[in-house]
Amino acid sequence: MRLDSNEVEELAKALYVRALKLLPPDVKRGFERLTRAETDATARTILGTMVENIAVAERTNNLLCQDTGIPIYNVTIGRNVAFDGVAMTQAIRRGCERATREHPLRSSVVHPITRRNEQTSCGIRIPIINVDFDDRDETVAIEMIPKGSGSENGSFLQMLIPADGAKAIKRFVIDRVIECGGRVCPPTIVGVGIGGTSDLCMHLAKIAATRPLGTTCSDPEGARIEAELSEAVNELGIGPQGLGGRATAFRVHVEVAATHITMNPVAVNIQCHSARRAAALITPGGVAFV
Amino acid sequence: MAHHVLDLPVSEAQVRALRIGDTATLEGTLFGIRDATLIAMFDGGRTTRFDLKGHAVVHTAPNVRKIEPQPGNACPYEPLCIGTTTSMRMERFTRPLMSRDGVRLVIGKGGMGPATLDAFRDLGGAYLAVVGGAAALETTWIEAIEDVDMDDLHPESLWKFRIKGFGPLLVTMDSHGGSLHADVNAAALARRDAILAKLGA
Repeated sequence: MRLDSNEVEELAKALYVRALKLLPPDVKRGFERLTRAETDATARTILGTMVENIAVAERTNNLLCQDTGIPIYNVTIGRNVAFDGVAMTQAIRRGCERATREHPLRSSVVHPITRRNEQTSCGIRIPIINVDFDDRDETVAIEMIPKGSGSENGSFLQMLIPADGAKAIKRFVIDRVIECGGRVCPPTIVGVGIGGTSDLCMHLAKIAATRPLGTTCSDPEGARIEAELSEAVNELGIGPQGLGGRATAFRVHVEVAATHITMNPVAVNIQCHSARRAAALITPGGVAFV
Repeated sequence: MAHHVLDLPVSEAQVRALRIGDTATLEGTLFGIRDATLIAMFDGGRTTRFDLKGHAVVHTAPNVRKIEPQPGNACPYEPLCIGTTTSMRMERFTRPLMSRDGVRLVIGKGGMGPATLDAFRDLGGAYLAVVGGAAALETTWIEAIEDVDMDDLHPESLWKFRIKGFGPLLVTMDSHGGSLHADVNAAALARRDAILAKLGA
């Protein structure tokens, strides 16, 4: 299969708008689960408003949240795919810019020093385009994530040392969730990266924060910490919007990587309740949203 | 736990009657403001042609569509999606916004800190919480964009919205030193050690 740049451009545009309007089914089910478990009256009202908002967005064909986020595209290229990588990344960038101008969408992207907004949702190194490979035959998967800033500002890295152990990792996560309170728009998905280098650790936290609900860390030790912390954060009483209640997080997600004998890094990256993502597969048969 | 319907602008007495746990619905006019607007106003010394005295500001930057000016509405924008951003980044601007421009109510999400609470007590103000991330719903409470100032900062301009039934909002910070955000934070910190012990941490 040869990857067609025009198809990639159209898809990059469509996925941005689709991600902003339709919440994935796993997140909708997450709301049902949290609502069933919630006992606090204010928290139940707030969860009800969030669920109503999902329906209003669908009914009025509107964006779920005004924050169009930092655009992230995760491209996974399978086997027996011929592609021009430069043309592909340029096509994604054009698609992102066209979604912004043609829908139109608020451009939430500025130069980091001048703070100038080009009104395109693009800038230096933005959109973020992550390219990876897998063994699916003649398949290209593109996932689009508009990462909202309220929760992205809830990002933390600590280069702990081996003597601190896994205890310090858990303490770090709990303390950061308390520190963030309502600012990160709970109920959240708390993404935790453990291990790697500083940059990989932060990236692991982002992978964890944007992983579908219902998935589990592939490493058994990571999965164990994931389960323990998921229970613990909902005992804090922070609740939806930080106004009290059980539903502080849908789940804590952990991703791990091997690290150095002298290192014990931990990172936190939070995803707000508007856990938006949209994905599609390109195969010889055409394009399908998944 | 009273419900208040507030026609903007409001008086100091109306604002001081608000208590945490009360709810409120806003009617009339609402101004949209955020990071770049406030930085320009208070670090850059810019002023607005809008009269904000007794008014409410919402922490936002909207999604809008450019349109031809309509009869009876000279503003060249229509609202597409308007929602509320995290307030805490704007903490240092609450006092000057109240003392210089006369703002009485701040609408936001996530709450604000001690400097804002002090300003509310000294000058007569309150914070009303929107459910963040519920922007499609919030947009249905906005009838039109009436006007815009400082639009060189677009989308972080100073927006004038005409609203109808904007709410219900929850009063989470009042002029009597009450803050639900501080209460929830204190309760979480009180539970921290027991939770860490259970985790063996």
